[in-house]
Order: sequence, then C-alpha cells, then structure tokens
Amino acid sequence: MIEHLPALMIAIPLFGAFVAPLFKKKQNLAAVWAILITAVTVGLSLLLMYQVRLNGVIVYVFGADRPTLVLPSGYKVPIRIMFEIDGIGAFMAISATLMSFIGALYSYSHVKAESGLEKYYALLLLLEVGILGMVLTGDLFNLFVFLEIAGIAGSALVGFRNYRGEASEAGIKYLIVSAVASLMVLFAIGILYGEYGNLNLAYISKQVSFNTLDMIAFGLLFTSFAMKCGSVPMHYWVPDAYTEVPAGINPVLLVSTYASLYALFRVSFTLFANISISLARVGWIMSVLGVLTMFIGVTMALVQKDVKRLMSYHAISQTGYMLLGVGVGLTVLHDPKALAEFGKTAMAGGIFHIINHIIYKSLLLMTAGALFYVTGTRNLNEMGGLARKMPITTLCFIVGAAAISGLPPFNGFASKFLIYESSYRLNPLLAVFAMVTSILTLASFVKVFASAFLGPPLEKFENAKEVPKPMIVAMVILALLCILFGLFPDVVLDKLVYPAVDALIRIAQYQTWGGLA
Amino acid sequence: MIPRLVTGAGYWSPLLWLAFLIPFALIGYLIYSRGNPGYKKDTEQVKPYLSGNIEPSKEKIQVKASDIYWGFIEALKGYYNILQTIHTGDLRDYILWYLGVGTIILFLLVGGA
Repeated sequence: MIEHLPALMIAIPLFGAFVAPLFKKKQNLAAVWAILITAVTVGLSLLLMYQVRLNGVIVYVFGADRPTLVLPSGYKVPIRIMFEIDGIGAFMAISATLMSFIGALYSYSHVKAESGLEKYYALLLLLEVGILGMVLTGDLFNLFVFLEIAGIAGSALVGFRNYRGEASEAGIKYLIVSAVASLMVLFAIGILYGEYGNLNLAYISKQVSFNTLDMIAFGLLFTSFAMKCGSVPMHYWVPDAYTEVPAGINPVLLVSTYASLYALFRVSFTLFANISISLARVGWIMSVLGVLTMFIGVTMALVQKDVKRLMSYHAISQTGYMLLGVGVGLTVLHDPKALAEFGKTAMAGGIFHIINHIIYKSLLLMTAGALFYVTGTRNLNEMGGLARKMPITTLCFIVGAAAISGLPPFNGFASKFLIYESSYRLNPLLAVFAMVTSILTLASFVKVFASAFLGPPLEKFENAKEVPKPMIVAMVILALLCILFGLFPDVVLDKLVYPAVDALIRIAQYQTWGGLA
Repeated sequence: MIPRLVTGAGYWSPLLWLAFLIPFALIGYLIYSRGNPGYKKDTEQVKPYLSGNIEPSKEKIQVKASDIYWGFIEALKGYYNILQTIHTGDLRDYILWYLGVGTIILFLLVGGA
C-alpha cells in the first residue's frame, strides 16, 4: 500500500466527496464522514512526509508500473501522469490535510443550522483534493486541472450561504478571478508544450532555454499565481471571499490560497531557476510585492469594522511575509555565499511562516466565526463585553492575536524573527517594513480585543454563552499548535521546513524523475 | 538540549526567554498580593466614581471599534482616501489590476531575458 501512497492522497478524499451526497437525509453523518475522511488524510500525509524524509523525492506514475517507462521509439521523455513529491510538496500536503480536518471538525456545529450540508462537505473534500493535487503533481497540465477543481469548489463554498446576497456576489467574484488566472496558466502551459512537447515540470525545467516566449510563459504563470495567492495589488478578491465563506472553510481556503503560493515558488525555483541573469530581478519583484502586500494589507485592516473582513486583510498582509522571505532567497539563489549566509534562512522564515500563518489565521477566523455564531453580527461596533461570556474563545483569540503580531514565544514570532534578520542583510528597508507591519498588526488586534471582548457586559448579550464543544476543540487544537510551534521552532524547522527549503534549492534532485534523466 | 532558532546573526531560545520571565512574574505576584485587602467584589466599591452624574447605559460607555485609532486614521486621511478609492469592489477593476501588473512583470522579465 505504501507505494500507492501518493495516489491514495487524492483517491481517499475524492471517494469521500462522491459518497458525501449520499448522506442527504442524515446531515450529521455527512459531517462525521468528512471528519473521518480528513482525519485519514492527515495520517496519510504524515506517512508521506516520513517516506520523503526516508527515501528522498517520490515519483509516482499513474497507469504504469515504473516511472522510467518511455515511448516504444526509445525517445526518453516522461510519459503518463506523474506525481513528484519532495520536501515542500509533503510540507504543503500536511498543511492541507490538517486544516481540512480542523475545518471539518469546526463545521460540525458551526453550520449545523444550514441546509444542503451533504453538498457542503462534498465541496470541502473536493477542495482538499484540488489542493493536494496542486502540491503533489509533477505535471503542468495536472497543476491546471487541480487549480480548477480547487477554484470551483472554493467559489461554491464562498457562495454557500446563497440566501445572503454578499455571499453569492463574493462567490461569483472568486469564480471569475480564479477562471481568468487559470486560463492564463493554461495559456502559458500551452506555450511551453508547444515549444518542448512535454508537460512534465522536471523535464521542461531541463529543456527551457529562456527565450522571449519562455519568459512570456513565466510572466503569465508568475502573475496568475501571484493573483491567486492574494498579492497586492491583485488582492481585491481576498477580503470578499474570506469574509463570506463559512468560518469552518476558512482554514481550507487559506491553504488553497497558499497552494497557489506554492505553485509560484515551484515555477520560480524549479521551472525557471536556471535563468542566471534575471533571477535576482525575479527575486526583487517577489520581495517588493511582499513588502507592498504586507503594508497595504495591514493598513487596510486597521480601518475595518467587520471582524472577518479585518482578519481577511491581515491574511493578505501576512502573505507579504512569505513572499518577502522566499523572494530574498530567490534573489541570492545563484550567489552561494549570500545564500548560505542569509538566503536559506530567509526562505526558511518564509516557508515556516506559511504553516504558522495557516494555524493562527485559521484560529483567528474561527474566533470571528464564533463571535458571529453567538452575536449574529460581524460588526465590531455592535459587540462588547464578550470576554466573560466566551472565556475560551477569548483565550484562543489572545493566543492567535499574539501569534500573528509576532509576540514571543508564539509561533508567529519564530518565523518573523528569521525573516527580519535575513531580509535586513539584503536591504535594511525590507526589515523595517516587516517590523512596522507587525506593530500595526498588533494595533489592529488590540482594536478587535477592546471592542469585542473588553468593556462592561452588554445587556443585549446577557444570555450569550460559549460556542459548542466541536468549535471549542478545533480552536483549542490550533491555539496549542501556536504555542507548541513557538516553543519548539527548531523541531518544526528540522522536520518540516528545512527539507522543504532544500527541495526548492536542490533543483537537480527534482529533475531526475525516477532516475530516467 | 535547549531549543534554539539559529538565524546566522545570532539565535533565539523561547524556553530561555520564558525562564527569564519567571522572576518577573513572581515579582508581579508579590506586588499584587500586597494589594489592599479591604477590596470587596460585588459591592459599591467596584462602581466607577461618576461625580454625582447618573451612570449611562452599558452600551453608551462601550468603546466602539470606530473610535479606536480615530486620530491615527485622521492623521493619514490622504493616504486612506487613495487606498479606499482603489478598493472599489468592482470585479472589472480586479481584472484590470491583474492585467496591469501582468504587463509590468512581462516587461521586466522579457526585458531581462
């Protein structure tokens, strides 16, 4: 069974998604089914990481008994659909499965009152399939297919509460933005296929000659994935989507966004890493986009009154840290001295920040969902004094807010610390922007804390009480992860993050596709 | 082995940092424990001093989200005017931004190829 692990990673949630609609008359069972399936995928992804650490890059070929299968003519190019899983792919798979599980667990109570839950859970599992496919595939066309699956499932979930006009509008916006980005990705893939007659990432990365047509394809891929990961100034769809989607889907949608960030890194590091002249320029573009994203995201968050919209702008802002960290690494990728001195640390900071952010932002969006569940509003001006009524939610919010603001010893500090220290070495101004953004982040969370939780208990919330247990459990797990990842950052770095960084840097290892090359 | 986060320029150890905080927490607790023992919860003592004014309703004394950082936002009015103007919520603008950024990136990449 172990040798079919990559296929099972997709097959099990896909099977789960097709079975979920059968629970139409027992919607509780649909929820339990989704929790069960996502829990199994968590186990599989941990096993996958173990296998990658043990054996190196895993190459899995669908419909063939060995990856080295070539055309009968003897033309040695990879044929069939391939999954190629290295450290970063496995890292993203763990993030995706963990957040799908937490999301399903939280949803059990959070959306209980809604109708059509069998479709909700089917879409949640399909979204997981899309993300896992994107991060595990070694084939450009499959990347596009899974991007589409994630985009369509995501937009349906954004518009799930279709009785709200805003949700339908946000769903359509997300669908169109996703479709435009995916079509441009397809166009770029078409260019590369036309030139090299193959869709395998590793194969094309060896053949690519960096002519004008290649660079156009690179530009289209770069811009499309940058829009899909919510980089400023192409971030406008993010607050709409994150605000309207049910809070249980927020963690999965976050990972879906970062699957596009992964694709951006994969394209920049694996497909086009051999450009020696302009790679530093690409790294600078990524770093500047990162700084703009973090600063504009946080300043927009500061003026929001809708608690989920405020947190959505923070999600944009935090993406900037990841772009900055990895962008600094990309800038010095072909300078071995600078790469060893600070480039690798910057990349570790950026990638570590992905999982940290997924954890604490999911936690914060869930606390926002809990506030909405109890008060029936997302308007901060209408809340107040809820700390006494919702003590566990309050504690979880404090942990999440401290983590996102980069306060020690929570996990956000650990990754931000790496980014500050390393980006400073490339240009001190980058680190200054990163630190100012952290201060503004703390300021805006003080605003949420003061207006929603502090103050005298309001009469209209006299009967308010803590949210149901499944929601509490999901939030507490994430809060504990924020603390654990903050207290033992070296363990996470050694086991998950540095293997992911090495996978991006060591392009030759990825290019072997099962020893054929 | 104490967990350490090595950055190349130094290191950070969260457990050492926590150990460092413990004496401060103890000092804080000592100060707190020396506080006025005459304080009693659920009595007139906890009521705010209102100089004879009638106490307003709870809703009225709640600090609203819009009031927090009002000065900051007012001081950066020009910046926020621009920022809020470009956040139109119009899908056509989203696509235009994408096309605009795409053009710049293509220009930078093709120019550097």
